[in-house]
Amino acid sequence: MKKEEEVNFGKSDQFSLTMIPGKFAKALRTNVVWQFFRFLAINIKMLVVVSKSH
Amino acid sequence: MARLIVLGGGVAGHTTATFAAKWLGSNHEVVVVTPNAKWNWIPSNIWVGVGQMSKEEVTFDLDPVYKKAGITYKQALAKSLNPEGNADSDTPFVTIEYTGQGKAGETEDLTYDYIVNATGPKLNFAATPGLGDANGLGEHTVSVCTADHAVHASEELTKAIEKMKAGERQKFLIGTGHGMCTCQGAAFEYIFNIEHELNKAGVRDMADIKWISNESFLGDFGMGGLHMKVGGYAVSSKLFAESLFAERNVDWMIGAHVSKVESGSIDYELLDGTTGQETFDFAMLIPPFAGVGIKAFDKAGEDITSTVFAPNGFMKVDANYGAGAYENWKASDWPKTYQNPTYKNMFAAGIAFAPPHLISKPMSSPNGTPINPTPPRTGMPSGIIGKAVAHSVCDLMTKGEDAHLHEASMADMGAACVASAGKGVFTGTAAAMTVYPVVPDFEKYPGTGRDTDYTFGEIGLAGHWIKHILHHLFLWKAQLKPGWTLIPE
Ligand SMILES: Cc1cc2nc3c(=O)[nH]c(=O)nc-3n(C[C@H](O)[C@H](O)[C@H](O)COP(=O)(O)OP(=O)(O)OC[C@H]3O[C@@H](n4cnc5c(N)ncnc54)[C@H](O)[C@@H]3O)c2cc1C
Repeated sequence: MKKEEEVNFGKSDQFSLTMIPGKFAKALRTNVVWQFFRFLAINIKMLVVVSKSH
Repeated sequence: MARLIVLGGGVAGHTTATFAAKWLGSNHEVVVVTPNAKWNWIPSNIWVGVGQMSKEEVTFDLDPVYKKAGITYKQALAKSLNPEGNADSDTPFVTIEYTGQGKAGETEDLTYDYIVNATGPKLNFAATPGLGDANGLGEHTVSVCTADHAVHASEELTKAIEKMKAGERQKFLIGTGHGMCTCQGAAFEYIFNIEHELNKAGVRDMADIKWISNESFLGDFGMGGLHMKVGGYAVSSKLFAESLFAERNVDWMIGAHVSKVESGSIDYELLDGTTGQETFDFAMLIPPFAGVGIKAFDKAGEDITSTVFAPNGFMKVDANYGAGAYENWKASDWPKTYQNPTYKNMFAAGIAFAPPHLISKPMSSPNGTPINPTPPRTGMPSGIIGKAVAHSVCDLMTKGEDAHLHEASMADMGAACVASAGKGVFTGTAAAMTVYPVVPDFEKYPGTGRDTDYTFGEIGLAGHWIKHILHHLFLWKAQLKPGWTLIPE
């Protein structure tokens, strides 16, 4: 059974030695609800980095 | 009344000048010498380079902003420094040459009490034959380093897309144009924006896209790579970067020094000493950076440029320039106050300061060609350093010469970077990354050199929204609109 997201592994030796996200990981990247929470989490992390840097 | 002169009105210089003007009020004078009439939010040039933003959306006129801030604005280039004055006077001065304000070509000597060099990089296209000459970008490639370059890149991209629509395959080559480049992050963001735009235009299958870079591994970014927490593991940025490329079917060539650019092809040398040629229809190759070439003279008029500046043209500051071999490098080699060791009323901020050494492991080919990224000084460190220097200079001006100097070492400072792919609010994504600290400290963080709780990378819409917000926030801040001081660098 062909998994579309895995096709690129076969396109070059370099590609086959790394990781490629599957359907679920890709869907999370554009899932607005999940990303809203990630937005809050990343902002908090960035603010901590900013405050540690000043 | 004392006078502070800030050379360069980019990320670092603009931060220094605007904070200094706010803190000093009308008791002292702040002068900015910078050659362009407009300020440019450089990170968004990427979106200009793929036709998703106009030049006007990433720039604004400096004159009204400096008027509002009470800053004296000289649209000019700094040409030379006389930190001891000259035969007639002990007062230090800088010689400038106007580029606008109706005085283009005229020179003027401006005396100062304190001076901050924030002149950023010279885009050294001339280092690679065919990439460009001393005047700038050449005819074979495009660049996104300035807003005008990015407009040109977008026009060339449109032509390439038209060709693909007409059935002509196109090869895209994006990356670094020399073995000693930095700023891989900008090229990295551009290649994924190109890939995104080609998909949007329905011509992705007509394009071969290749990355070429002087990094010894993908994801080095001039910082020796980084380790980040993903799925409970601490993984190398190599895996993160390679995954991005493989997922998008973008080929890569690393450890490459571009030695020549011609119409439709480049010559390269790899770290293993092999040489070759790569063809392209569209190429965006970042040039190496150097200092802008300001000269320095002592009281007697003798050339002291090598006392004030490092051989690469960047200004010497309180860094340890004698660290020697890679094995001896320490986080403490990196400057803290950015004060020039010879002339204490002189500081450098942003890209203009001379780093003590590389961050990445030095590498060269068997032929002796150095092929390694030079250290990045991205927007956040440039802004933070600019503000710390403003603090120090203001204290020196108001409290006297013994005032405490403020510190902002890149070994104690993080950086946040967001590399977008696309611009649409729901169609684009971005890789959001933070790294802490920028310069690894293996004594404090054995193993990775960094705090993996604050060094992370994530791909998704969230980072992309942050990129949009940062664009508006930083333009707001730079224009000194209400609340600007609350927006962090
Ligand atoms: C395409 C691109 C994308 C980028 N994206 C990001 C990003 O997403 N995030 C990030 O953090 N960083 C990014 N960067 C890096 C960021 O732009 C730099 O770190 C930052 O601009 C450095 O600030 P600076 O003040 O040292 O130099 P600059 O901002 O370059 O400012 C230098 C100023 O000095 C002026 N000048 C030059 N010569 C003279 C002279 N002789 N006399 C007086 N003035 C002079 C110049 O005109 C300029 O105004 C990107 C860079 C590029 C090229």
